[in-house]
Amino acid sequence: MSRLEVEGLVKRFGPFAAIDQLSFVVEPGTIQSIIGPNGAGKTTLFNLVSGLLHPDAGRVCFDGGEITGRPAHRVVRSGIARTFQNVQVFFNMTVLENVMVGGHLACDRRLLPILLRLPGHFASERRCRDRALALLDQVGLAGLGDRPADALPYGALKRLEIARALAAEPKLLMLDEPAAGLNPAETDAIDTLIQEIAARGITVLLVEHDMRLVRGVSDRILVLNRGRRLAAGRWDEIRHNPEVVAAYLGAEGRNR
Amino acid sequence: MSAGQSAGLGLLAVILAALPFVLDNPYHFEIAILVCLNATVCVGLNLLIGYAGQISLGHAGFFALGGYASAILTLSYDWPPLGALAAGALGVAVLAHVVARPILQLKGHYLAMGTLGLGVIISIALNREVELTGGPDGTIVPPFSVLGWMPFESLEWYAITAGLMFVTVWLSLNLIGSPIGRALRALHGSEVAAETLGVNTASHKNLLFVASAVLAAVCGSLYAHFSGFITPTEGAFHHSIELVTMVVLGGMASVFGAVVGAALLTIAPQVLTVFHDYESIVFGAVLMGMMIVLPRGLVPGLVRLVQSVGFGR
Repeated sequence: MSRLEVEGLVKRFGPFAAIDQLSFVVEPGTIQSIIGPNGAGKTTLFNLVSGLLHPDAGRVCFDGGEITGRPAHRVVRSGIARTFQNVQVFFNMTVLENVMVGGHLACDRRLLPILLRLPGHFASERRCRDRALALLDQVGLAGLGDRPADALPYGALKRLEIARALAAEPKLLMLDEPAAGLNPAETDAIDTLIQEIAARGITVLLVEHDMRLVRGVSDRILVLNRGRRLAAGRWDEIRHNPEVVAAYLGAEGRNR
Repeated sequence: MSAGQSAGLGLLAVILAALPFVLDNPYHFEIAILVCLNATVCVGLNLLIGYAGQISLGHAGFFALGGYASAILTLSYDWPPLGALAAGALGVAVLAHVVARPILQLKGHYLAMGTLGLGVIISIALNREVELTGGPDGTIVPPFSVLGWMPFESLEWYAITAGLMFVTVWLSLNLIGSPIGRALRALHGSEVAAETLGVNTASHKNLLFVASAVLAAVCGSLYAHFSGFITPTEGAFHHSIELVTMVVLGGMASVFGAVVGAALLTIAPQVLTVFHDYESIVFGAVLMGMMIVLPRGLVPGLVRLVQSVGFGR
């Protein structure tokens, strides 16, 4: 059974089809990248899978169950978490609190124990906090938990978003351009982090423009153009594909 | 609850307990009671505006509806005041719940307009339904009583309103430190991100809108009984603005800020009467000055100031 199965997906904005009859699968435990020129529909696809947008046609199945059209706050329950291309950090909270929101569903959210400070509630809060601290450690932000999130540099914000998504304990993690705006050293750190995440059995779906990163981590690559699937396969399978080269990679793909 | 918040709660308890010994005439007590009622409304409103980032310019409407429910049910239908208060709160809860879903889909300026419209509708209804509400002249309200006990002395009213405020502050602090409180601040920070992490943002906003509306309604009921009279002015746009100003002045996303803001804006007009004709000008100038010096509001601004001095930065 595939982890994620997208079938005949269509999303139109007015007369323009951002995603057009798109089908693909993501196998469990793999790192799959989605590449393509700007406007190819990569982020729209992420928004459709994570439930922020509803498709006009087609199906999205996760671990065999259909999740098409479910609202985003329900999609995450089935095990899909994501990050955002334009960081969507909660800048009005501390770094640690950001990650704790990621663990929202695992926390005790019963209103009465919360309002009356009943003892059972605090055990859950402590677990939530400890988990968040461990995740901060894991993404390399140890010791920064009490900082306001708006005090972090850009590269750290990207990793904070990953920690926050991991706090939701996903089976599928969707990363939307995690290396955008990062320097080569920071990109290498993201590379390592993605491989560590995959090594723990979390399936990764990656949208990225940094081809060095894509080539390094991806088991499979899906190439999108104008909302359609242009090609799919391993790096060496797609990089000589004339259509892919013409649409996106240019000469650079052939040389690598 | 953080150490600072626990200290704040302790300080609030001490001040509330000490005040009756300091206040020496019914007029002072009256102001203290009004401060407590306004502060209670503002703590609820601040959860909505300051924490969850959802503006409301219509909460005076809920306040007035609570007051009028108490007035009409006790006066014309002989209901016991506590029953009338509960019915008013329940009615407002239902109304707030029904309008919350469509209205809270709006964001920013549009939400301000939506809630403003709601407040205006309530205000017009209170003015026009003369047979029911007494129209613009208002209506008298029978005294409050709970199971035969009638708070008549200022001190008794003070005990009720101060108690209500303290409990509201305590519950709010508990809420804010919890996963629900984090979810509220998260949806303020980024609604899409909160949503993709499992926060049902619509239902969280609704919960808060209803809770703050009910708090306003309860305070409106108590206010009506305490003053023995209620007019549509309590539900007018101007009153809603006053409430929002209290929240902003005291400090958005600060429970104690809401209390301080309510206290200042309730007391200031009384103190500033010494300026006679220039009262409003001085009042406005003081407000502007405070917001320029402490743009985050009084309490967060002062806390930040103390911290920066304390850490020698």
